[in-house]
Amino acid sequence: MTVTVRIPTALRKLTADQDRVPADGGSLSECIDSLEASYLGLKERLCDEAGEIRRFVNIYVNGEDVRFLQGLASPLKDGDEVSIVPAVAGG
Amino acid sequence: MTVTVYIPAPFRRLTGNCTYVEGHGQTVAELLDELKTRYPALGDMLQNEAGELPTHIHIYVNNQEIHSLQGKATPLNDGDEVAVIPAIAGGQDLTPEQTLRYSRQIMIPQVGSAGQRKLLDAKVLIVGAGGLGSPAAVYLAAAGVGTLGIVDSDELELSNLQRQILHHTADVGRPKVDSAQETIARYNPDVRVIPHRVRLTSANAMEIIAQYDMVVGAVDNFVTRYLLNDACYLAGKPYIDGGVFLFEGQATVFIPGRGCYRCLFPAPPPAELAPSPSQVGLLGVLPGVIGVIEAVEALKLILGLGESLAGRLLIFDALAMEFRQVSTRRDPHCPLCGDAPTIHELGDYEASPSSPLAGHHEA
Repeated sequence: MTVTVRIPTALRKLTADQDRVPADGGSLSECIDSLEASYLGLKERLCDEAGEIRRFVNIYVNGEDVRFLQGLASPLKDGDEVSIVPAVAGG
Repeated sequence: MTVTVYIPAPFRRLTGNCTYVEGHGQTVAELLDELKTRYPALGDMLQNEAGELPTHIHIYVNNQEIHSLQGKATPLNDGDEVAVIPAIAGGQDLTPEQTLRYSRQIMIPQVGSAGQRKLLDAKVLIVGAGGLGSPAAVYLAAAGVGTLGIVDSDELELSNLQRQILHHTADVGRPKVDSAQETIARYNPDVRVIPHRVRLTSANAMEIIAQYDMVVGAVDNFVTRYLLNDACYLAGKPYIDGGVFLFEGQATVFIPGRGCYRCLFPAPPPAELAPSPSQVGLLGVLPGVIGVIEAVEALKLILGLGESLAGRLLIFDALAMEFRQVSTRRDPHCPLCGDAPTIHELGDYEASPSSPLAGHHEA
């Protein structure tokens, strides 16, 4: 499955300033591994040492928070849009 | 001359429920006479016992009040738009000056003078008089939100002026709440500003928030953001949230019982992963965009109009010049507003292990 991943400003230095990148995988977990293979260091920004999604980063599949879907096991299909949305505190 | 006449909601029963009627005349006076002939009941509203236009009725020709033109002698041209705006709502009059000041929004059928009265009666707390709070405060004040509370403990620094449009160069070194109050008074003397020159804490948040109808969050750190979220939920007040980082901004609305900031982001990032704009920089206009969106949401909540951002997180990417949205929802496991909440009062938000931010270090 090929999906499009939306990269937030804060992580674009890892993706050569690209705001959207392609990734592969039948699940979100596979998608993140695919991202890590292309953009070293991205996974640790999304997942903690235990492999779980960090609590201050949200990941959405087609606009739905994966915490309310199946987390890292959330299935992906061709054309899905995965959005990475970190909490931002500036004001 | 044939013109279009806008009839405001209170008068529509007098015109067969028509919002717009056609009218004719070379001048406003002729038009009014013609309207009186066709709609006698409306005519009664448009003249006093002396046959003159009552002072609480204002006539606009192409959005200009006729007293700033030639009064009833104002000439009309084919296609002109004429609006009849009464300055009465709920038994409380708007002054003629208010009717004129707010005329552009009073003309909007969904606002009207009743909506303007709601705005004047509304009490909005803005937490932070910085990059987000400045544009929010300016627009809410200009719109005639009657009471604005401003919370900020800081004094103005020169580097704030790149984005904090409530303040001016001569204000450097002054308390921000003081310059904010003066700026707002210059924009709109109708607005009562209540300065709270304090840092929002567990000790004062509930007392301050209780005085207002809703809260616009315009804070620059996670500690205050979680404190404010919890306080608004516990006080039952809508909380409009905005945040910015580099070229990206977020805005959403939390209505108590429909999810909160903790449902959206269960824990803040550790400090080393959450650099402040003072460390990484910030495009000054970015909080302008997001702060204005927060003001729009506040006005919509006050007026009861449209679809608020409750249930949605709006994401603005200034580089792509793109708005996107994702869904937000109430998390049944939320420690604040979930099914089995563990947070029942404000705690220590700084760093204590028993802190409501204990998740901070787990993350």
